[in-house]
Amino acid sequence: MVTQKAGPATTAGTTTPEGTATAPASTQAAESRVRIVRISLAGTATLWGAVVGALALVWVLYERVLPFTGALGFWLCWYAVFLVFYASMARMQWDRRDVINRVTAVAFAAAGALVLLVVFGTDLYTAVRGAASVVHPSTWTQSLAFAGPDSPLSVGGVAHAIVGTLEQIAIATLFAIPLAVATAVFLSEVGGALARPVRIIVEAMTALPDIIAGLFVYALFILTLGMQKSGLAASLALTVTMVPIIARASEVVLRLVPGTLREASYALGSSQWRTVWNVVLPTARSGLATAVVLGMARGIGETAPVLIVAGMTKEFNFNPTSGPQISLPLFIWNYVHIEGVTPQYIARGFGAGVALVLVVLGLFTLARKLGGAAPGELTKRQRRQLARQGARA
Amino acid sequence: MAVALTPGPPSAPSDDRPRTIVNSVSHGDRIFRLVMRAAGLAVLLMTGLILVFLVLRSLTAFRAVGFHFFTTSTWFISTNQFGIAAILPLGVLIAVIALIIAFPVGLATALFIAEYAPPRLRRTLIAVIDLMAAIPSIIVALFALYFVMPRILGTTAWLSHHLGFIPFFHNPLPNAPASFVASTFIAGLAVSVMVIPIITSLSRQVFSQAPQGEREAAYALGSTKWGMIRTVVLPYGRAGVIGASMLGLGRALGETIVVSFVLTPVYAFSWHVLQSGGNSVTYMIANHVLDAGAKEISALFAAGLVLFAMTLVVNTIAAIIINRSRSGATASAD
Repeated sequence: MVTQKAGPATTAGTTTPEGTATAPASTQAAESRVRIVRISLAGTATLWGAVVGALALVWVLYERVLPFTGALGFWLCWYAVFLVFYASMARMQWDRRDVINRVTAVAFAAAGALVLLVVFGTDLYTAVRGAASVVHPSTWTQSLAFAGPDSPLSVGGVAHAIVGTLEQIAIATLFAIPLAVATAVFLSEVGGALARPVRIIVEAMTALPDIIAGLFVYALFILTLGMQKSGLAASLALTVTMVPIIARASEVVLRLVPGTLREASYALGSSQWRTVWNVVLPTARSGLATAVVLGMARGIGETAPVLIVAGMTKEFNFNPTSGPQISLPLFIWNYVHIEGVTPQYIARGFGAGVALVLVVLGLFTLARKLGGAAPGELTKRQRRQLARQGARA
Repeated sequence: MAVALTPGPPSAPSDDRPRTIVNSVSHGDRIFRLVMRAAGLAVLLMTGLILVFLVLRSLTAFRAVGFHFFTTSTWFISTNQFGIAAILPLGVLIAVIALIIAFPVGLATALFIAEYAPPRLRRTLIAVIDLMAAIPSIIVALFALYFVMPRILGTTAWLSHHLGFIPFFHNPLPNAPASFVASTFIAGLAVSVMVIPIITSLSRQVFSQAPQGEREAAYALGSTKWGMIRTVVLPYGRAGVIGASMLGLGRALGETIVVSFVLTPVYAFSWHVLQSGGNSVTYMIANHVLDAGAKEISALFAAGLVLFAMTLVVNTIAAIIINRSRSGATASAD
């Protein structure tokens, strides 16, 4: 679908060096430009014909003739019928190779559309179900201390969980950044025989079962060292899950720093740590920031690591070092999964979900903003600073 | 870092020997390398410590039941009849279903992003995949439990009615709608949402590194776009895709929250993935550890140890494959 609409843009990656796709085809046959992808009326009509035809047929069969139920089944059937329709309609007009080419393109585009649908579907669904709860200002300002299972939604909220989430992720980030960035610097700048096993373990740990991090902190800090369940313990568990993620992303960014910059620094006589500190890290700054923020976004939504070690409370707890401290994911876990007895609790859970999605989306937007620059590309402020220095010199 | 040069040109006179280059490392550099190496070691140490503590804490359970831990299906702590013979394979079944769903979708999405999408859409989709990786699992769990589950029961019931002769789709109680709720299949479907971004982003990175020259050669020989992908991009990316899928499998094996929300626990292994009830090691840990006695905690640690060892092996093999497929090629940032 998109291939055809995309037209000239798709060809840019393949062969045509001239970007002027709109050049009118010359009448001289020898010089006329071959257009690889064409949007033809027949192609578009075939596509939409298959879409509509399949929809109509499946609706009649699924809803009226055959004993099928379920919305997901309907769309699955529609997709299957659509592919068959499209393939057979295309077969009437074009040769086999062309048909396969078109059908695969449509199938891949559909997968992309499905992924988009899932991402926005989950967030939108949370927003719709959480709307009843988040419209009450109490959701954002109160804890659940004075609200029971049957209290109306205008009493009590998730503010205590927001406090816990922000504090825990802040501490975890503080722990994770130095270790993760140092590991990344080790992998890309120092290297040696140790680098290979470390790289492999870091990559393997990015998909570590999230509950294992919680179990580890529980075994080491709570059962062995006698720490109580607290926000700090939760932060430690989050650190264990975040370090490999940030380290891996940072290493990829550091390897993008051009080697010539390092060599220039060495040629000026600077030592290795000077080069890393003054050349490599500043050059990769925006990428590193993106890596860190993405790691935070991943960490903030983790429920399993904090589940065992954070404890449960209905009240505000601003002190992460003592006493149980709840976070947003844990709030949802507790009031929907464990105690999901009343509609109010479930509505509150979805309200907390909206808050969580907002935090993740906020972090994500920040990451995209920071990550817009390629390595070495300067921000406006940096450029002004450079200009000032130049003027002074 | 200067490295010793290779000997000079062969035609050089014999007395004109190449200068030996001394690479003296300064004091500061030595400390710098030491600290960075320590950071790398710390990550290894962390993994080692996780293993050590899981082993230490699970000793009680292993002493109580020994090897029967791997052959017992039930979970009766007080009578020493507990084991993971049902729990572990049920969890693996969920992960395999998740992978069966996520692999084609992830691969197709990766191909679409790398090969078909116009540049602006490509950037957007890459961001969306990153976002998908950052969607909290608990949000996916809510979505799966309240949105997907009621809407998929018709389909799973239909599958069981008409394809029930295939053992996987069999359901002993096909006429009771409740017998299709909370099944292994629905859990696998929900977990696949967590696996798709891993497979997509890693495969896409490999695909985008497929050599330009070979692509053009395929086109020059008259290939269609799909022909080019089949003969150039897919063979080039094969190792990367296999590694990405294995890493996705590791992620699926460890998924906790989605599984806990969707499943109703059972303690007997069954191939009937459409039938209500399932289990996994992560489910047991998340739902039992908070109100468990000392012995049950030890049993849960033992289960966690087995899970950790399994995922570590799967993930490490995956990481080795991915690293090998990446070697030589320059890394890409996104």
